[in-house]
Amino acid sequence: MLEDYLKLIWAYLKIGLFGFGGGYAMLSLIQREVVDSGWITSQMFTDIVAISQMTPGPIGINSATYIGYVVTGSVLGSLVTTLTVVLPPFILTLIAAHYIERHRQSPFIKGAFMGLRPVVVGLIASAALLLMNSENFGYEMSERIITIAICVASFCIVYFTRVHPILVIILAGITGLLVF
Amino acid sequence: MSLYLQLFLTFSKIGAFTFGGGWAMISIIQREIVEKHRWIPEDEFLDLLAVAQSMPGILAVNISVVIGDRLKGVKGSICAAIGTILPSFLMILAIAIFLTPDTIKNNPIVSRIFKGIRPAVVALIIAPVLTTARAAGINWKTVAIPVAVALLIYSKIPYISNPIIYIVLGAIGGYIFYIYNGYHGKNGENGEKRANVENVENGKEDCHA
Repeated sequence: MLEDYLKLIWAYLKIGLFGFGGGYAMLSLIQREVVDSGWITSQMFTDIVAISQMTPGPIGINSATYIGYVVTGSVLGSLVTTLTVVLPPFILTLIAAHYIERHRQSPFIKGAFMGLRPVVVGLIASAALLLMNSENFGYEMSERIITIAICVASFCIVYFTRVHPILVIILAGITGLLVF
Repeated sequence: MSLYLQLFLTFSKIGAFTFGGGWAMISIIQREIVEKHRWIPEDEFLDLLAVAQSMPGILAVNISVVIGDRLKGVKGSICAAIGTILPSFLMILAIAIFLTPDTIKNNPIVSRIFKGIRPAVVALIIAPVLTTARAAGINWKTVAIPVAVALLIYSKIPYISNPIIYIVLGAIGGYIFYIYNGYHGKNGENGEKRANVENVENGKEDCHA
């Protein structure tokens, strides 16, 4: 029991400390910690991302709340995990805010962010690659044809139009209900 | 009403009604903090935003921390941060309790809905790969970096596939590149890149003004 808590805290400390580049860039980091450690399956991870998209709040917090509850089965576990993911950035941001003048000139911050930009693109791409598996696209050919079609159509809607992602998820859910 | 309570209420309102995390939240935070409450002038808000962005973690929380701290110190930042987190915490907790992984798998209707949703989620992640690549100014010379990062993480090779490695390498690499090429303009490829970075930054400065 205690071991679960310590593992959750360690995982979400890392996610909080190295989560650069926004929610999507954090996905591969979260996935590595929670899927590879066997807490949840890749399919459940995708479901959490979907739930997170449809509810307010950032994915970093949402995944912590959900996984904290699933792993420990208690509200306390959920609370501890959620606080863990915000604590390191909370302290770092507070320190940085007090050195704002020096901070803005810092060549380290400027250079580091220049270097992080292309890495963030790779992080998001890896999250997408890791989710392209049979758990999410089905094991049978007939199923895969439909899921790939949903994926391509969703991509086109999101990328080429200004339709809100939540609407895309709802449409995909209705399609699933009708087709499967 | 004390400013602490106001901070908490304002940020919980923002937390409860913003979908999609950090970037979607910025304009709403700006409207509430700068335009409605007039707590912080516009240019200072942009400075604080720059600090929040340069720190790891969840951008929405970081913004609430810097604004709470600016108005009421550490206690203010705690009030603002709790306000941001609480609504989504309660909502996801309720979902975790009622929509368990077993429900998703065993309820025939829910399971069919999620079968349709999963490939759409993958599409929602592919789209920002392309938009961030454009924003980062990725060209055929620099495209090797994101491709290598993505494939190495995807490889699942122990240690090598850890995303933390590439975050640290990217930050250190960028710093070294900046130190050697950033300060003094050189002719050729590096000088050109530096100019591009500077133009972008000048653009930002103009927006501040």
